[in-house]
Amino acid sequence: MRSRLAGWAFLVPLVAYLAVCYAYPLFTNVDLSIRGYTVRSFVSGGAPLVGFANYATVFGDPTFRTALLNTVLFTVISLFFQYTIGLAAALFFARGFRLSATLRALFLVPWLLPLIVSASTWAWLLNSESGLVNAALKVVGLGPVNWLTSPEWSLVSVTIANIWIGIPFNLVVLYSGLQNISRDVYEASALDGASGWQTFWHVTFPLLRPVSAITLLLGLVYTLKVFDVIWIMTKGGPSGSSTTLATWSYELGFGNVLPRFGPSAAVGNVLILIAVVAGLLYIRVQRRQELS
Amino acid sequence: MTSWRTPVGVLLTAVMLFPVYWMINVSLTPMSDMRKPPSLIPVNPTTEGYERVLREQVPYLGTSLLVAAGTVVLTLVLAAPAAYSLAKLRPAGRRALGFVLLVAQMIPGIIMALGFYGIYVKLGITNTVWGLILADSTIAVPFAVLILTSFMASVPDEVLQAATIDGAGPWRSFVSIVLPASRNGVVTAALFAFLWAWSDFLFAATLDSGGRLQPLTLGIYRYIGNNNQEWNSIMATAVVASVPATVLIVVAQRFVAAGVTSGAVKD
Repeated sequence: MRSRLAGWAFLVPLVAYLAVCYAYPLFTNVDLSIRGYTVRSFVSGGAPLVGFANYATVFGDPTFRTALLNTVLFTVISLFFQYTIGLAAALFFARGFRLSATLRALFLVPWLLPLIVSASTWAWLLNSESGLVNAALKVVGLGPVNWLTSPEWSLVSVTIANIWIGIPFNLVVLYSGLQNISRDVYEASALDGASGWQTFWHVTFPLLRPVSAITLLLGLVYTLKVFDVIWIMTKGGPSGSSTTLATWSYELGFGNVLPRFGPSAAVGNVLILIAVVAGLLYIRVQRRQELS
Repeated sequence: MTSWRTPVGVLLTAVMLFPVYWMINVSLTPMSDMRKPPSLIPVNPTTEGYERVLREQVPYLGTSLLVAAGTVVLTLVLAAPAAYSLAKLRPAGRRALGFVLLVAQMIPGIIMALGFYGIYVKLGITNTVWGLILADSTIAVPFAVLILTSFMASVPDEVLQAATIDGAGPWRSFVSIVLPASRNGVVTAALFAFLWAWSDFLFAATLDSGGRLQPLTLGIYRYIGNNNQEWNSIMATAVVASVPATVLIVVAQRFVAAGVTSGAVKD
């Protein structure tokens, strides 16, 4: 009994913190989304309840479809390449060799850099007039591409930068998953005369499936949240061509002279719904793996 | 036998890190060369970008250090006792709390930022450093509790029972046994709290963009927003902003790897 009391005493600060710093902002966000806030009533309070009017505004806006589609494309394409390249690198590093630990550590650098650093570096690499990428295209005889300033390429550009940032995470997690696969399995497979490729498809890949699922689901949760990279490189533009739900929500609330907090919060709440579904899926898969 | 892997590995790493090299290269390029075709090595290296960082960005740098250090302290003070309770005192309701922490990590930052903004405007505490610290800590606290719980759970129960028999209360056991025994976990949690607060752009942009003290991420953002974009200064600031990440890789590699894989892979 005494230890139970002590147990809760140690938790009280955290629980109070979660209430103040998580529950309260989330509640504020819901409140913002169902009221007709103006800049003045934002400070003074007393904005009228408008029910789902902000949601109706958001769903009726043509940008909503673009932002949703871009969010899906950005997420799916990022995950596919981050995972594939990360897995290839993990397999490459799985057999230790001279310098392998050092090189693996260096691979982590893109993941640890502040996003504003990575995003601005990529923005300069992809700059239309002075970027290295267009200079390289010129060398091989191709014309310049307006990577960040044309609607056809802006989403591709931010996705490329995001893939680069995400590879290290996939590498590290998949690498440690590979380390947990017993050596005996590979020996048995080699004794049966399996080639490297066969061993990968029939032994390694299936055994790695639990770790792969967790990696992809965590990646999904992270990628839905991405804001900095896109905002710094393109601000979601030009004309909304690279906007996602996260950047659109920010743009509505903070990107214009006249903020529209209601619609901004409404978009945020749509995003949180998607993120929580992805998150619950992750927790379910993780729990099931812990049981088995 | 595996010798081909070393040169290939070096090549792959070089490709992967090329943008980082490019950042350094551009940071050393004179503005007069910036509009010419880019050169792969800095042919006329200049420190003008870094001189400008020294002239203009030092206050931002100081704020970033302050915010990151504050976030580390706040995160550890909240997370370590809670993790001890979850791992060792095991009160009822700990599963529910663990679940809440997992979900909390998944909430997109933009939603937290808007919610905090609404609250801070009402209370009149936007543009304060401690307000930014409080917001930044939300990125790290759930992660810190979860990783510290897993580290503290590996302290043997027998040791704690022996301490209790010797008359140590829960607080004493926490401070003198569990905390020192899980210092690797404390280091990992502190590293990530520092790095995330140091890197934060979203909370800074929403909650502190009119503040007297602003972090380095906003300093870079201001440079990018300028019309006469001086990319050597932007990239020089970016290089300076990357220093903590680089230091971490060099001195605390294993902690970083532990942080990345925690929650994703169980050993």
